[in-house]
Amino acid sequence: MNAAIFSHPTLTRRRLLGQAGIAALTALAAPAWAQSVNLPLPGGPDERPLTSAFPRKGRMILQRTRPAMLETPFEVFDKGVFTPNDQFFVRWHWALIPDSINAASFRLNVRGRVSQPLSLSLAEIMKLPRFEIAAVNQCSGNSRGFFQPRVAGGEWGNGAMGNARWTGVRLKDVLDRAGVRAGAVQVRFNGLDQAMVVDGPDFIKSLALDHARDGEVMIAYAMNGQPLPLLNGFPLRLVVPGWFATYWVKMLNDIEVLGEPDMNFWMASAYLIPDTPGANMTPGQAGVKLVPINRMVPRSFITNVKAGATVPAGKLLELRGIAFGGDTGVKRVEVSSDGGKSWGDAKLGKDEGKYGFRAWTARFTPAAGSATLLVRCTNTNGLAQPDQANWNPSGFMRNVVEATPITAS
Amino acid sequence: MRRWMLGLALIAGFGLVAPPGDAKDLPPLKSVRVKLPDNDVKFPAAPGSEIADKNCRECHTTEMVLFQPAMTRAGWEAEVNKMRNVYKAPLDPKDVGAIVDYLTKLKGAP
Repeated sequence: MNAAIFSHPTLTRRRLLGQAGIAALTALAAPAWAQSVNLPLPGGPDERPLTSAFPRKGRMILQRTRPAMLETPFEVFDKGVFTPNDQFFVRWHWALIPDSINAASFRLNVRGRVSQPLSLSLAEIMKLPRFEIAAVNQCSGNSRGFFQPRVAGGEWGNGAMGNARWTGVRLKDVLDRAGVRAGAVQVRFNGLDQAMVVDGPDFIKSLALDHARDGEVMIAYAMNGQPLPLLNGFPLRLVVPGWFATYWVKMLNDIEVLGEPDMNFWMASAYLIPDTPGANMTPGQAGVKLVPINRMVPRSFITNVKAGATVPAGKLLELRGIAFGGDTGVKRVEVSSDGGKSWGDAKLGKDEGKYGFRAWTARFTPAAGSATLLVRCTNTNGLAQPDQANWNPSGFMRNVVEATPITAS
Repeated sequence: MRRWMLGLALIAGFGLVAPPGDAKDLPPLKSVRVKLPDNDVKFPAAPGSEIADKNCRECHTTEMVLFQPAMTRAGWEAEVNKMRNVYKAPLDPKDVGAIVDYLTKLKGAP
């Protein structure tokens, strides 16, 4: 049996391109990539090719060609708190992704438990009241490759995240135009991507009605002042500030108001975390209640000093980096230069919005020898990054305090 | 002195990155057509690799497999069964063992 769908342009394109695909993976043991990066992941494999072959994308870390999974090279986060569109990470579940979108004929449908089903053109959507917000878009499995013991999945380093200023319309305004009827409980979102195989679960996600109408969840038609790259969801993408990227449905073209909880695969069986603090459990632990992944948790990173770096001893060292609070703002960023024995407050940069990256700076004078730098974010709810890494079998929601070993000489 | 000034410039630069475009000046949305690259490289040749090529690469390129950590036979078996049962890979049940054997030999863990 071969149940693959052959009518989609992507497959036609793939067959036509054939041997013209990008060069990669010549041998497992000895990759011969023109340029590569070491992430580095415990136990490996941790070399990844760098690629500039994807449309409207600059240099990215190649995790998977099809369906595309592209990671932001970490040095990009040192350049500013807004991640450039051409280096914003990319992650798709199914390979049937339209390779063309007609802006005139595209429609966003709103249906289900509504008084007035809608079929909105892009021009109509752009006439609705404009809403703008800075927000971090982070893959549920960002940093999965650092889990120990290792777990299967997309083996990301720390670059499956980015911060953009999103422009579009409030989901609430669109739902109000359609008129949500009594008895509605959730809102389900679907995009133009399709499963490769018959009966493969279409990628669809749902939010509780109250969340969908909170006035922050939005439909974006621009990021950082430009139309979204196709690989980031052109022409429309759901933006769910403070929540993991699995809910930020790309190429959004269908909104369905539901009268009962969504039990589709991607809500009921996938993207589940242990219902425990920090989504933490022990390998093999039985009887753990699982719930859909939801709000993000605080994280922080040093962006200008790499692990293993050698710095001048006895000279002032300027540290800088980014932090985000998860589902709320950054209250505090602390830095330790002695492996956590003592901590000092970092100076926070401009607040661009509570859901975005926040720049921070700190300085200290290292003595000769080795040291471990730590950085810890506490959000405005008082939630701080944990000292110990969490573990769960899906590799979700890592947010341990990052350690950066350095040598001063 | 030079190094100090460079340092200052870098630190100042961090806060001076050009802000993203003003939403008021958003360009209209125009139709888009792209070509997405592909990678037709096959799995490393070994007994079972042709079955893996035939069944795995229709949905995803090989990097997804090759970048996984080493896993036990049971771990690989769980992955292959997930592809078949959950993601509905059109994989003949009699081929599961051959693919699991291949992956375990390629990237096995004790």
